Amino acid sequence: MVEPIISFKNFSFQYETQSEKTLEQINLDIFPGEKVMIAGASGSGKSTLGRCLNGLIPQAYPGKITGNCIINGKQLSDSSVFDLSFDVGTVLQDPDSQFVGLSVVEDMAFSLENDQRPQTEMHQAVQKWSRKLNLDDLLLHAPQDLSGGQKQRVAMGGVLIDESKILLFDEPLASLDPASGAASIDLIGQLAQRQNLTVVIIEHRIEEVLRGGIDRLVVMQNGAIVANDRPEKILKQSLLEKLGLREPLYLSALKRTGIDLKDCQNVDQVSRIDEPQIGNKLKTWTARTKLGEKSKKITKLLEINKLSFGYSEDQQIISDLSLEVKKGETISLVGRNGAGKSTFSNLITGFLSPSSGSIKFKGLNLLAMSVKERAQHIGYILQDPNQMISKTMIYDEVAVGLRLRGLTENEIQERVENILHICGLYEMRNWPISALSFGQKKRVTIAAILVLEPEMLILDEPTAGQDLKHYTEIMTFLEKIQREKGLTIVLITHDMHLMLEYTQRTIVLDQGNILLDASPATVLTNDATIKKACLARTSLFDLAERYSLPSATDFVAKFIQSEREERA
Amino acid sequence: MNSQLLIGYNAKNTLLHHLSGSTKLIGFVALSIIGMVTYDTRFLIGIFAFSLVLFKISKITFSEVALVLKVIIAFAALNLIMVYVFAPGYGMSIYGTQHMILGKSENYFNLSWEELFYIFNLFLKYTFAVPLALIFLITTNPSEFAASLSKVGISYKISYAVEIALRYIPNVQRDFRTISLAQQARGYEISQKAKLWPRIIGNAQIILPLIFTSLERIEVISQAMELRRFGCGKKRTWYMEKPFGKNDYLALTIVSLIVLTGIALFGLNGGRFWNPFTR
Repeated sequence: MVEPIISFKNFSFQYETQSEKTLEQINLDIFPGEKVMIAGASGSGKSTLGRCLNGLIPQAYPGKITGNCIINGKQLSDSSVFDLSFDVGTVLQDPDSQFVGLSVVEDMAFSLENDQRPQTEMHQAVQKWSRKLNLDDLLLHAPQDLSGGQKQRVAMGGVLIDESKILLFDEPLASLDPASGAASIDLIGQLAQRQNLTVVIIEHRIEEVLRGGIDRLVVMQNGAIVANDRPEKILKQSLLEKLGLREPLYLSALKRTGIDLKDCQNVDQVSRIDEPQIGNKLKTWTARTKLGEKSKKITKLLEINKLSFGYSEDQQIISDLSLEVKKGETISLVGRNGAGKSTFSNLITGFLSPSSGSIKFKGLNLLAMSVKERAQHIGYILQDPNQMISKTMIYDEVAVGLRLRGLTENEIQERVENILHICGLYEMRNWPISALSFGQKKRVTIAAILVLEPEMLILDEPTAGQDLKHYTEIMTFLEKIQREKGLTIVLITHDMHLMLEYTQRTIVLDQGNILLDASPATVLTNDATIKKACLARTSLFDLAERYSLPSATDFVAKFIQSEREERA
Repeated sequence: MNSQLLIGYNAKNTLLHHLSGSTKLIGFVALSIIGMVTYDTRFLIGIFAFSLVLFKISKITFSEVALVLKVIIAFAALNLIMVYVFAPGYGMSIYGTQHMILGKSENYFNLSWEELFYIFNLFLKYTFAVPLALIFLITTNPSEFAASLSKVGISYKISYAVEIALRYIPNVQRDFRTISLAQQARGYEISQKAKLWPRIIGNAQIILPLIFTSLERIEVISQAMELRRFGCGKKRTWYMEKPFGKNDYLALTIVSLIVLTGIALFGLNGGRFWNPFTR
């Protein structure tokens, strides 16, 4: 019998700083060569479990351990981070922060340097792994010249160079665009097979990880393991949905059309799913479902005409871009990194000035206004709320914009309290911001912008790194304020789910111009666009293609509509 | 985007670029010390000329260092003027003779050849090291800095801190820009249009978010380093360290000869000063 390489027995852990156990009675065996995914909502204990695997618990995060945990023959409680690092290579969530060298080679060789290996040995090792990870051409590049996907490959190289047999990934998809995310998952699969690695992936984006082929899915909730089986078995029981996690979209679609997953084979991979009746059921459902009339938005809000911008003549970041935004629309702005998304929003908010072209807002010339004046019409919300918050108390943070505009304290109080009610923060108005969760902080930053009564909001990755619960919370909140205040919302995002589910119109940017301006369903069923803009196909599209439905776009649009109706 | 440092490494193919960073650091430090201690004008002129020749060999263009040079010249000039203003007679008391150019030796303000000569020596001391420092900074790959520091005996943890700082400067700059833009949209004026005080207040609002963002990053970085065994051993090796070659030994020999000459001159002059007035 094969011995498990990782083994938890009645294992519990309580952080020194917390009054309750974060992990409770964990029993988990992982065998050599297995690819295991650990999923769960924020706070389910999945990251804590990861920290036990690499020894950050109990060394960097002290606390009380009971029970037993053995990793590659070493007792967790007697091993230091250094000891375990030879057995477990960790790739952290943010590959940029993990990059500690001034160039790719130095970062890859970092652990060997610390082991005092001679230079010739390091040169050989770097050469070997840079070839395997396809980093040969980037060896002398600085981190700021690399894309997110490349940085993640460097991070993998930096731990694989130790030849450790266990590889641990902490949310590997969180900071990548959809295409790099898919590539990364594929690479992990290949490496695992070729190097005979044991891989543990901690993620809440289950569908994307399953695509790469996973041997076992472990689901955590409130510090305990609630499911631990082959993915197919878990999916068939619809356990994910019951546990408040996002189930793969194609499975939701199958269920919507009245198919019982228990009758299907290979449900863990859309490309292998098998059940002869599926085709017919999908076709009948699509034929039966009617697309609702779209309410036409007519009032022009933002008119952009032949906008261009570049730091030099021959390097145009935005070139000759024209666009019209109607009042009340929800738009997703997508495209690969460097396609010009942030430059575009910076031109609208006035942080940059265009070299030519015009921007009008309700007929007014936006270019003649200052950043401060524009902020009264168009609010811009950063991805990371910590980068926006400058006060320590919630009330003050929301009031800042009004105080700077010279309103009287009475007026300010009225408007701030009103906004706090709308954002569900009124009860907390005298709390320090440091006591808030990430999602609540996000709401504070949105409130601080809404108080200026803008008619349009631009949000940069509003749901990045959020699990389904928090994601839904933020988006429901945005939908609510949109209805109540008649807002126009632009979401800049890499999240294909978000774009499909919550926006009506998608603008795909590529090389500073609009590649496609269409409904999300159209965009995500257009292979050429998907490839060019580094997006990822939706599994709904794969499903429609596999059963050769007459129109994939039509099917996707109808499914999304029925999802929306159910939500409302 | 390049890190927008005042001056930075520029890869070129010269003798000095090929020397190990440690050689250049040791050479710079050794020559600086002997030059700071001695007041032998002949010696100072010698190493000044030597460092200018090296500067020429290193093919550093003037435009790369123009700003830094201007700043250094301005400070040196100010310093020399102050030295004169605070003690115009100091040269005479050092050299023990009085060769007046202007004024009388009894007055506070006067000008003597001794004072001029003393100030000239100071001028040489301020300037000879400048080309050497620039050579070290511009011809040494930053990746080699840490290795060089560690080789001259500084703890590798401190040496690596230098490397980490260089690594994350662009990140902090980017954070700063993002935060600054967000605060401007709220209504803080940071642009040049605003008056000084609102601008200071506006900039202060960036500090708090910047500190929080940076602190978070530091925690992740230190974990990432620990997970790859940084701090495990008493020593570490360096991937980018250049092994010593023939030229390095040659260079260090030349440097030691120069330093020995400097020390020999102390004996010959009977002290740190070379006195041309009493012979």
